[in-house]
Amino acid sequence: MTPPTDSRVDVRKTYKLYIGGAFPRSESGRSYVVNDSKGRFFANASYASRKDARDAVQAARKAFGGWSTRTPYNRGQVLYRVAEVLEGRRTQFVDEVQRSEGLAKRQAEAAVDMSVDRLVWYAGWADKIAQVVGGTNPVAAPYFNFSVPEPTGVVAVLAPQRSSLFGLVSVVAPVVLTGNTCVVTASADRPVPAITLAEVLATSDVPAGVVNILTGSLADTAPWLASHMDVNALDLTGAAGDADHARQLEEAAAENLKRVLRAPAAEPDWTKEPGLERMTAFLETKTVWHPIGI
Amino acid sequence: MVSTVSTGSTTGSENRFVYAPALESRSVVDIRSSYGLFIDGAFVDTEGGRSFKTINPATEEVLAEVAEATADDVDRAVRAARRAYTRVWSRMPGRERAKYLFRIARILQERSRELAVLESIDNGKPIREARDVDVPQAAAHFFYYAGWADKLEYAGLSTAEGGPPKPLGVAGQVIPWNFPLLMLSWKIAPALACGNTVVLKPAETTPLTALLFAEICQQADLPAGVVNIVTGAGETGRAVVAHDDVDKVAFTGSTEVGRLIARTVAGTDKKVTLELGGKAANIVFDDAPVDQAIEGIVNGIFFNQGHVCCAGSRLLVQESVAEEVLDRLKRRMSTLRVGDPLDKNTDVGAINSAEQLAKIRELSDIGEQEGAGRWSPACELPAHGYWFPPTVFTGVTQAHRIAREEIFGPVLSVLTFRTPAEAVEKANNSPYGLSAGVWTDKGSRILWMANHLRAGVVWANTFNKFDPASPFGGYKESGYGREGGRHGLKAYLR
Repeated sequence: MTPPTDSRVDVRKTYKLYIGGAFPRSESGRSYVVNDSKGRFFANASYASRKDARDAVQAARKAFGGWSTRTPYNRGQVLYRVAEVLEGRRTQFVDEVQRSEGLAKRQAEAAVDMSVDRLVWYAGWADKIAQVVGGTNPVAAPYFNFSVPEPTGVVAVLAPQRSSLFGLVSVVAPVVLTGNTCVVTASADRPVPAITLAEVLATSDVPAGVVNILTGSLADTAPWLASHMDVNALDLTGAAGDADHARQLEEAAAENLKRVLRAPAAEPDWTKEPGLERMTAFLETKTVWHPIGI
Repeated sequence: MVSTVSTGSTTGSENRFVYAPALESRSVVDIRSSYGLFIDGAFVDTEGGRSFKTINPATEEVLAEVAEATADDVDRAVRAARRAYTRVWSRMPGRERAKYLFRIARILQERSRELAVLESIDNGKPIREARDVDVPQAAAHFFYYAGWADKLEYAGLSTAEGGPPKPLGVAGQVIPWNFPLLMLSWKIAPALACGNTVVLKPAETTPLTALLFAEICQQADLPAGVVNIVTGAGETGRAVVAHDDVDKVAFTGSTEVGRLIARTVAGTDKKVTLELGGKAANIVFDDAPVDQAIEGIVNGIFFNQGHVCCAGSRLLVQESVAEEVLDRLKRRMSTLRVGDPLDKNTDVGAINSAEQLAKIRELSDIGEQEGAGRWSPACELPAHGYWFPPTVFTGVTQAHRIAREEIFGPVLSVLTFRTPAEAVEKANNSPYGLSAGVWTDKGSRILWMANHLRAGVVWANTFNKFDPASPFGGYKESGYGREGGRHGLKAYLR
């Protein structure tokens, strides 16, 4: 074999969906052209269909039992592992975020670094959130009474459209950290970092199906996720600024009373410390009573 | 009711399983012939020039010469800690402090085999316990508190003026020999997470894992002076506690020394937490799941050779089942394997020091003299090293010294009771109040007992369970303050 020369033709990657720990193409066989911020061809991405969305929900449901019963300590360790592996791919992410979002290199580096830090921040919450939002309730009778947070189930997450990695990490981490599983629709125009993140998740001890990532148009997947009867909650962040679409999705979600995190008027400033809201939005509170007596 | 097969002091010894030795290799550890102090990020010689030997209590072999820190050395360490606090650590965002702690947690996991073997050699504890309890718990503790470093404003604490909580400054920490690395983690992880720097003195009989931890701090590129390790005995500890520029004293050890520390800091602004002795009651009701209870009793008193401050050293059994429980307990004790700590089959290892062995012997002899019935299974003890067989005393009354004083060895005193109220009365009849165990199938009774027991930790149908997320600490003369969990942060914040 002769060493490569300047005229070497590079090997390009096919970007696919991430469902149940595997990387399938869309069952519809469709794909779409993703351009970089300067309008040049970047990649062909899979264009997920209604059926892909349903497959993803099924995978998320299947993963829920195992993931939600892991110890919080273990989920924290896994999320920290994701941060470690993401940091190891820093250069690749910087390049992809830069090309996707049209940032200066330094800004793209900051976005990747903040993504790692956010994962670490949430990893630390795994075995603490119950200590902050749970507790004992001093009822006026001889009962021991306590409340604990529990994950809500399968969450459909519309990831932000602009912040292709940092925003994505900021919405996915708080959902899965507490034991939920999710189906995520990536930024339609900037999906490449999301698929690379899927490769990170696939190699970071995150069980198959805990995070499922769909690329393509929101119009082709979001309505089906919003109306799916086996989805327990809906994060509409990715519909920011499109009040009509967000309202339609929320109406569809009402059928089985999904917990809805509403779409903000504009995409949030992801650099702000998030607080607990993104975790508590997808937590149930369980209260246990037990008598006290000889 | 399950009938017992036979009773008597030799039961079990005839049909004992024969195990092939399963020795853990020592080759993974590299013990240097001598160690200096770890001050300001580097190993340095003591200014006093004196040293002491640390030995393997299972063989009496000298492992290393370790520097004995003088008051001047402690002063150097405190000054380094103060500098690191002022210039680096208190200014660093919690998010970045967290990353150092996560790094340390990861290195503890990566070097777990080495740490476990070293701990077993220096302490005498079975490799199985060092491997499965001490080291993983130590790593988990760092992992847990790493997560708090940038979340302190969520802990429900505030300064006296009402603002967000602030670190205290330099913490002087003195730890015991029973869980050397784990106690180090309980001290250092929350202190650093909250933004303090530390000067820590490990016990004189078990300094080696603390010194390996110092290397781990170097590997993690922890800024110099954030962690300082000063080795030595009582004098060194006194210098740490009494140093004027120490803002916080954290001590785990005997109640006697705890009292001295409380007197030493009187009239100063130093914050103090003390985790001291115990004489825990392990209470078994007649409806308890007996097999689990027997395992719990054994784990409660023979885990770590009984060198556990929260050990279940007083067994309170309901009278109606006392005979059955005792028979089964003796049978189970006969299967305990006492011997080489590095053998993976070993259940009970070596007593940590000659001094501790003498104390256990003395109190056990007093138990006999006071009229309690002494029993140990037949077991061969190695010719060298410090050993004491698992021992149970029956017919113990509340006035007996073995029912009142902490023996800190594999010695169990058995008392009986008739009603829950009597169990509570007897359990609480102690100046200590660290922990208690309750064994019953009835949930409401567990909670009733838990309400009435004056102890900081109550285990129900289990014993000696620890978790970084769970607060630990005592009532009464078992000390004050809590370590672990969200509550553990309070000890290092103002």
